[in-house]
This record gives sequence, structure tokens and C-alpha cells, in this order.
Amino acid sequence: MIRQNERNIKLSEEVSDEVATTTCYMCACRCGIKVHLKNGKLRYIEGNKNHPVNKGVICAKGSAGIMQQNSPARLRKPLLRTGERGTKSFKEIEWSEALDIATKWLRDAREKNPRQLAFFTGRDQSQSLTGWWAMQYGTPNYAAHGGFCSVNMAAAGLYTFGGSFWEFGETDWQHTKYFLLFGVAEDHASNPLKTQLGRLKERGVKFVSINPVRTGYSAIADEWLGIRPGTDGLFVGALIHELIKAGKVDFDYLQRYANAAWLVLQDENSEQEGLFARDPSGNILIFDENTNTVVPADQANTKPRLLGEVKLSSGQTATPVFQLLAKRFLEPEYAPENVAKITGINAETIKRIAAELAHTAFEQEVRLDIPWTDSNGNHHTQTIGRPIGMHAMRGISAHSNGFHTCRMIHILQILLGSIDCPGGFRYKPPYPKHAPPHLKPCRQESSPCEPLPGPHLGFPENPDELLVDAAGNPTRIDKAFSWEAPLAAHGLMHAVIANAARHEPYPIDTLFLYMANMAWNSSMDTAATLEHLTAKDPNGEYKIPRIIYVDAYDSETVAYADLILPDTTYLERWDCISMLDRPISEPDAAADAIRQPVLDASRSGRDVRPFQDVLIELGARLELPGFVNKEGKPLYPGGYADYIVHHERAPGIGPLSGWRGNNGDEFGVGDANPQQLDRYIENGCFHLSPLPQSQRYYRHANRDYLQWAAYMRYREDTSPTIFQLYLEPMQKFRLAACGKREPAPPESERERIRRYFDPLPLWHAPLSWNAEGGDCFHAITQRPMAMYHSWGSQNPWLRQIHTRNFLYIHKDKAAALDLNDGDVVYLYNADQKQTRIKARIRTSDGTNPDTLWTWNAIAKRSGAWSLAKDSPETRNGFLLNHLIAEALPSSETRYSNSDPVTGQAAWYDLRVRIEKAPAHEQHEDIQEPRLEHLGEADFLPPAPSNLCYGEDFAEKP
Amino acid sequence: MTSLPKRNKDAKKLGLVIDLDTCVGCHACVVSCKEWNTGGYPAPLSDTQPYGREPSGAFLNRVHSYEVENETAQRTVYFPKSCLHCENPQCVTVCPTGASYKRVEDGIVLVDEDLCIGCGLCAWACPYGAREMDPVVGVMKKCTLCVDRIYNENIPPDERKPACVNACPAGARHFGDLGDPESSVSKLAAQRSTQEPLGDLDYQPTNKYLAPRKPKSVPNAKPLEPVNQNQDNGFIGWLDAMLSRLNPPT
Repeated sequence: MIRQNERNIKLSEEVSDEVATTTCYMCACRCGIKVHLKNGKLRYIEGNKNHPVNKGVICAKGSAGIMQQNSPARLRKPLLRTGERGTKSFKEIEWSEALDIATKWLRDAREKNPRQLAFFTGRDQSQSLTGWWAMQYGTPNYAAHGGFCSVNMAAAGLYTFGGSFWEFGETDWQHTKYFLLFGVAEDHASNPLKTQLGRLKERGVKFVSINPVRTGYSAIADEWLGIRPGTDGLFVGALIHELIKAGKVDFDYLQRYANAAWLVLQDENSEQEGLFARDPSGNILIFDENTNTVVPADQANTKPRLLGEVKLSSGQTATPVFQLLAKRFLEPEYAPENVAKITGINAETIKRIAAELAHTAFEQEVRLDIPWTDSNGNHHTQTIGRPIGMHAMRGISAHSNGFHTCRMIHILQILLGSIDCPGGFRYKPPYPKHAPPHLKPCRQESSPCEPLPGPHLGFPENPDELLVDAAGNPTRIDKAFSWEAPLAAHGLMHAVIANAARHEPYPIDTLFLYMANMAWNSSMDTAATLEHLTAKDPNGEYKIPRIIYVDAYDSETVAYADLILPDTTYLERWDCISMLDRPISEPDAAADAIRQPVLDASRSGRDVRPFQDVLIELGARLELPGFVNKEGKPLYPGGYADYIVHHERAPGIGPLSGWRGNNGDEFGVGDANPQQLDRYIENGCFHLSPLPQSQRYYRHANRDYLQWAAYMRYREDTSPTIFQLYLEPMQKFRLAACGKREPAPPESERERIRRYFDPLPLWHAPLSWNAEGGDCFHAITQRPMAMYHSWGSQNPWLRQIHTRNFLYIHKDKAAALDLNDGDVVYLYNADQKQTRIKARIRTSDGTNPDTLWTWNAIAKRSGAWSLAKDSPETRNGFLLNHLIAEALPSSETRYSNSDPVTGQAAWYDLRVRIEKAPAHEQHEDIQEPRLEHLGEADFLPPAPSNLCYGEDFAEKP
Repeated sequence: MTSLPKRNKDAKKLGLVIDLDTCVGCHACVVSCKEWNTGGYPAPLSDTQPYGREPSGAFLNRVHSYEVENETAQRTVYFPKSCLHCENPQCVTVCPTGASYKRVEDGIVLVDEDLCIGCGLCAWACPYGAREMDPVVGVMKKCTLCVDRIYNENIPPDERKPACVNACPAGARHFGDLGDPESSVSKLAAQRSTQEPLGDLDYQPTNKYLAPRKPKSVPNAKPLEPVNQNQDNGFIGWLDAMLSRLNPPT
């Protein structure tokens, strides 16, 4: 028998012999981490408690970074394709050869016409570099993954109030008294959301989740509204209906901050119909009740009239925006009784939620003793807020009606007076921008060896700002900013491969992709995408002649590329999360961050290079402006770290805001400081600049904030951001479609533009909802929390949490269809019976009855990610992507399956039919279509059969 | 047979208080536990077939999810489960070698791996399924409450908590001395309704689970009254009523 005091355990071991801070990249959340090394190996990754994003917490993915770092699927050396695409026939080559090849391909394309290159990046946080590089190269064909992520929501927010959710702003968690969450699963920013939901519940703040699925955040909501997918706009519209009907709207707020009183011309025969009334100097007009005259909207000390028609001196009739908005939402279409039938949320619930919003906004206002000054120079002794918080993500964005739905959410916030106020939504610097931001996509045609003089992406306000040729045809390969997707502010990455293979609108030479698994779970209709990637012309040449792909891991997409440039892991490189892109700012502070190399890739025997270093070297080899000096010598011989410190986008403005200037004591604007990265590292790899109290609210119209933001170049000037309830740019497109404005869209596009370019938000059924019949289900996915935005299926710890996926169905519907847990079913796209997948079902009562859902991207293709041929992911994981059509059904023009305003991929518009698979299929592997094994990755080491990670760290007594 | 230490009512009872009201099932605790412990006291926490057909490894903490229905609500509940460091741990008393033991000084139940023969009796005795046989090493592993963190002088004092507690983004995990009624965890457990899983078995778990709170409502919110009581005349009626409300006759 052992006596207790004989147990000798070491309670106070050294944790590590080296600790370094950096920024996590296991997802898009940008948490600060502390990385512990022992004997040069990763011992432990923990949250950095001093970091503004996560304040010490860390999610499952962050902790699993150890396994990502040690993945056998990490690429080891540049690869050149030797066989057919898709067969994984490669030879390893040296970097010198790889860079020579890439340079030649890129130079050939640039000499022909830079648009021959399509350069698209996936889950990338270096867009201020990649976009800059693509400008200097001269191709118009550049974007990141926003087009298949959430561009319709980002655009809706930026056009409406100069901000958006996520990196753009968040709820004032400390003061909010009511919180609505729309369609959010694990979406960013995931750790802060979890932390704040926990605190809301502790404070007793009511939390309502509107989501077809009751998992994750929705599981802990005080009220779960299991809405039918794609109908959130109707629900929000009904809330607006109820509030307007009861006059429960913050009229004062609307008069001050929104375009609610701006007069809209009503003459149906006029070419000005639906535009704002303007005086001869171009000032937008309102009716001032103080003077009973029509005056410019920006005149101070007016009492703007929100209702009633106005006869202008021109003889035209005009109506204030608010009246038009009220008329729209008082239509019976938005009455709770009618909305209930479509959304599945009963009318009484909708009315009660509206009453709760009104009560909280108007009876529970928050008053903070913070004086501030508005943009008219009026001093306010207190900061007053209407404490309604809202947040939304994928469940809104992944529908083709997401732009309008998201506009409605923001308009609900504005009607309640809850933008940038205590308890409401709060911007994060550099937001707010103007609504819309004053940034236009560059329209200049590309020409051989010439850079583009302006940025690729922006916010058109007029049809003449579209990227179309004289005939109205798209000039970008993804058709962004064409009549098909006029406000495609982030491009349409999901359309690039199909368009390039179809030579629509033109063929390209080289497709250059970074960090996006387009040959598997990041594409619609995966099988069709693979056909596009391997399609050949009659001469036997690939229709997309050259594909360069950059990834750190052996993803499904590697097999389809011609030249692979292997990236490092996130722990092996420099990065900046820049104020020029989407920084890590908090509502109270401007903040940005870096990654530093914590581990040396070469010590692991891999000959890999950080993508950003490679891009900068390619820029120098191609002698792109901005990458070489006058003598043609590289401007940044030290790679990305050199660029981060020394690059200036404008005088004194660089990728990082902190510790600028010769002495390192300037913030935002200042000379490059060679010690800048050292200062970041000393501070935990981030910089945080708190805003004075008086600049923390009402920043759309806060004089001191606006002056500071203009100095920091966040804004062009100090004029306020006016909330656009009514979007005049939309009306300009509509007028063009009505033949009242030039340039007019081609005849075939007119009806679509007329319908969807409504200056007021509307709910319309998702575009592909044509299928009839009651046996049709909505089919949606979500990424599990432990894998969201990460490459989880190759991670041995994370894949043990989600090894296979199931199809969840409401238990009543399952019973009606005679389905039981574990049954195998067939699923068909309701519009196109030819594609079929199989799934194994699980019954649930936390699922909307008209909805089927599953975890996304658990399924993997055999031969990728160093997973065994017989792994559950390849045998029993299934991918809904196969059923999601890349184009809309039965339309004469081939339209991408996307939001018609912004081009956002409509992943969740999918409707399916379900049937039980025959008995002989019930016990088989289910992955279908089971694509051919990709071939052995002979360029990778074999995956280990066991892991005993850490056995050499702890010395036992 | 391994005997339990004599109970001293003043002794520390270290344990976790886990809030089922705010756990979103994100698995942060699961992986941070795996990460710390695979290189810590119970190192390694092995995995077999990590990239293969049936990946299986030792995890000292796992999260289960349930859909529950009761009179107040239907909801999804996530239930993180690790050793509950029972007062009456049958996993210890069944141990034939003395490998499993309960610490006198703080009540933590540990396995002395040098003595463990991997017989698995403790796993049979644990009604919570909280013991994990290491699939490669062949000895029993279990939650140590991060005994090599909580007393570790190389870790800043405010971080001397189990890895799962530091990691939890939702703030649903709390660590402390449940033997001290004045500790923050004891007070938290006293304030909220707690659930003792399988309480009738008398294992007397130290860890506490806080039951989901009653869903919050807004009882004072009055139903909204239309500005226009006579709703037959539609938008025009609303407009008239609104105009007189915004510009009341003087």
C-alpha cells in the first residue's frame, strides 16, 4: 500500500524554455496568443490575456495549432505538375526554378495584357499587400474571398451607414439591454462573441437568436426563433412594420443622422424620378418646418420634415424618404400575420419582439455622463443611447436576398436610434466611412506592362462607374461590377473558375490562387468545378492554361494546379493585420497587430517560403512599380517584414499604425521606423491606441472624432456620415434599366435591375426558389465551432471531435417520412434531379421543420490532407456543395447563383428533395459522388500511425 | 483496494463549477486540456490512427450535447464532462494497485501511472465515464485539475488555473475550493441552482454544474398601439395620425 506522502509529483515544472507572442491564424478571429516552446518544439499555445481581441481565452482551433504545425500534410518543396491535372503527378523543384517559372508565366501574361492573370486569394489577411501587388501588375482580375463570404452584408452596411458588423463594429456589450443575433453560427469574431454572450446572460440581458438551427450560440439564447432560411428579411420587415405602425421610431435621431427628411422626386415621367431633389448648386433639399421653406439638407438648425408632400419651385412634387419607407413597410406584405406564414414565426411572437424592442429602446435608454460635440458644433452634456444590440452573419449573407435583408437590419437599428450609441451598435476605427465609402473600382482598361492607376474594388454609385465595355459586357473575369453584380464590392471569387474555363467574358492565361480550397468545399457544384479545372480545348490544351497555387497543406486544390508554391504555417512567418485592411480595432480604440515567426520552417526540413515574401520577390522580378527602385533593384529585399515596416501607401501612412516616426512615438501618420516590429513584439504583437471618451460614440457625426479620423486618413474629410435609409445609387441603376439614364443595361439585364435595385429594402424570395411542391426542404450548412475557418479535418485532435457529418432533420418531419436516426437518404437539388448525394440522418427538435442541415467541409476527398484512403471523412463525410448549382436554374442568361446586387454566393438558397435510400444502401459508405482517389502524395512523408505528442516534454519522477 | 484518505472537513476541495447556461459547446476546454496535458503530468495523451480510419485518443474532457425538453423550455444543452473529483470515488477504492488515489491536501483524484497496470477497473467504477485509457501507453489517464499548473510557480498567479478554465471563451468554467463556503466558486454555486449528475449514487462529486437559467423575458413591454386606431383607412390614416402626432395643433 502506497502512503499518500510517498507520492512525489512535480507541481512546479518549467512550462517552457521560450515564450513568444503572436497572432493566431487558426481562423479569422485574430486572437493574441502566447506560444510556449520547449527544446525548440511547441509545448503549449494559450490566449494572451493582455490582447484586446480575446483577453486570454482561446478556442478549440487555437489550442489545436500544435497539430496544425505538425501536420504531415504540410507541403515541403515547390512542385511542378508532370502528369494530368487531378492526378497528383508532380516533381519537386528548387525555389529558383519555381520562381523562374512563375516569373515567366506572369511576365508573358503581363506583356500580352495584364488581364490574362486572374489573382484571387482565399482566407487571406494580407489584402492590402495582395491588392497593391495586383494593381502594380495591372490586372483588373483581383479579389479575395469576400464574394463568397459576406459581401452582400458588408456592402449593405457600408452603403447604408458606412460600417458593418464583425471587424467593422460590434454591440456595446457593456451597456446593451437587449440582443438580437441573426443567422450566426461560429462566425467571427468567435471568441469575443462567446465571451460577451456569457456576460449578457450574467447581466440578465435578453438574448434572442433568429436561426433555423438551435446549436452553439442559439442553444443558450433566452428565446430561439427557428426561422425558415432566407426569410429573415420578412421577419425584420415585420418588426419595422410594427414599430412604424405604432410610431415607435426615434424621429429626432432620424432627423439628425439619417436621410429621412431628404426629398425624393416623385414624377413618374421624369428622368429624375426617385432621385433626391436638389437645388441648382446640387445641394440635396429638405423641408424645414422652422421656416416652412425648402432648404439644403446640410443647413444647421433646421427642423426637417419627415412626412407630407412638398411642391417644389420647379413644379415637381417631392416626398421625404421617411414617408416612402413607412409606406413600404406598412404594406400588408410585412404585416406579422402574413409574415408568419412564410417565416414560420407566429404573429404574436413578432408583435411581442417588436414591443420588447420599443420598450427597451425608448423606456430603458442609457445616459452616460460623457460630453461630446456634434458635427454642427452643438455640445451635448451627456451621451444617450438606445440599448438594442444586433449582430448578424452567414444566415443572412449566404442568401441571394442578403443585401436587402441586411439593409433592413441596419434600418431597424437606425429607426430605433441605436447606431454608435451607448448600448447599441458601435463602430470600430477606421469605421465609419462615408455611406457609401468614397472609393470606386478603377475603370481603366488594362494594357501591356502597365499598372492599374486605382484600386480594384470599391463602391459604385452610378451605372457609369461599372466595369463594363461599350456593349455592356463585363471587363472582369468574375463579372464583378457588371450588370450581373453591380455592387460586387469584394468580387466574385466563386465565379472565376467557371468563367475562365468557359472563356467568359474572355480566356485567361494564368490563374493564381492563394489559400482557397476551390477544388472542394469552397466551390459550388464541386464536380463541375473540377471539370472546369481540367477542361481542354480541341488542341488538347487546358482551357485555363496555367494554374499557380499557394497553400501550406496538401489540400484537394493542390492536385489541380500546375505549379505549387508551398507556404509556411502561421507560426513561421511575419504578417500584419493592418489598418489598411481590416485591423483588430475595438470600439474604444484603434488597434492593429502582427504575426512574427515563432518557429523556423527550415528547421523542420521543409523548403517552404511565406507567400507574402514570394509575392514581393515576384513583384521585384517582374519589376513592378512599387516593388523596385529606379535602378530596378528590389525595394524590399528583406521580404514582407521589410515591406511592413517601410512601405508607405501615402506619405507617413504604412501597413502598421503603431510606433511610427524616427523616435517611434507617432501613431498613425509618421515616417517609417526601422524598430517598429521590435516595438510590436515587446508589446505582445499588437498596438492599441485608445480614443478619448468624447470620441467613443456618435462617431458618424462626432466633430472631434471626424477631425481625428480625417487626420488619420480614415476619411477624406470631416463631414458626417449620413445614414442612407433610401439609397439613391440604387435608383440610378433602376433609372438606367428603365431607359431614363445612360449607360443603360443590355435589354436582357433590364428586368433584373429594375426588380432588385430598389432604393428601399425589400424582401424577395431567394432567386433559385422555383421548385414547387411540399416535399421540398431547405438545405443549409454550418461549420462546427471547433473547425470554423480552419483546416480542421487534417487536424488529429479536431477530427476526433467531428469525424463524420450527419444530416439533421426535425423529428416530426422524420417521422412523417418514416426516417429514423442513422438512416441513409438520397438528396437531390430540387431543380436539377441529375445530381444526387447520400447522407445519414439524425433527428433533432432544434431544427426548423422545413430545413435540413449538416456540418460543412467535414467530408474530404480521398488522397488529400494526408488522410488515409479509408478515413471516415472520405467514406462517410458528405458535401452539400455538390448540390449547389453554380448558375441559376432555367434562365436564358447564365447568371451566377448569387445575390443580384452584390454577387454574393447564395450557398443557403439550396432546396432539396429527400428520399430514403434502398435497403442495400443502408449499411454502405455514403460519400457520393465518390470522386476518384487523388493519387498518392509521394512528396509528403507518411502519416504516423500513432501520436504520443508531448511524451518527451514531461520528465516523470 | 485502495483506501480513501480520512476526511478532514477543513481540507480543501478543489473542483470546477461549470455553467450549463452559457456553455455553447465550442470544445475550447476539450482541446486546451488535451494540449496542456499531452505535455504535462499525464503526458502523453496518445492518439491512434490520427490520420486514419478510426482516430481515437485520450481526452480528459469531452463535451456531450443533448436536446432537452421541460416545462419551461426546449433547448440544446452542452455538457462538458471530465472527472468530478468525487468525495466518494469508487474509481479509487476499486484500484488494485494503489495507482488511483485521492489527494489529502486538495481532494484531487489522480493516477500514479508508475503503479497503473491498465486493468480498467476504475473506468468501470466511474459512473460518469470520465476515465480515459491511453490507447498507446496502456495506462489510465484522467483529469488532474491541471495539478501541474495550479501550484506552478513558473506561471503567473492569476493564471494558475486548469487550462480549460483559462481557455473557456464563454466564461462558463470556474475553478476554486468548494470546501470553503466563502470561495467565489462556492458562492457562485450557492447563488445558482446546481445539478448533481447521478446524485443518487452517492459518489458526491466535487464539481458542480450550474443549471440553465430561466429564460429572460421583458414582462414590462406593453403591446404596441397603432397610432391610427381606425386601421381601415390604411396608409393615409396612419399618415394623418402621424402628422398630427409629430406636429400637434397648438
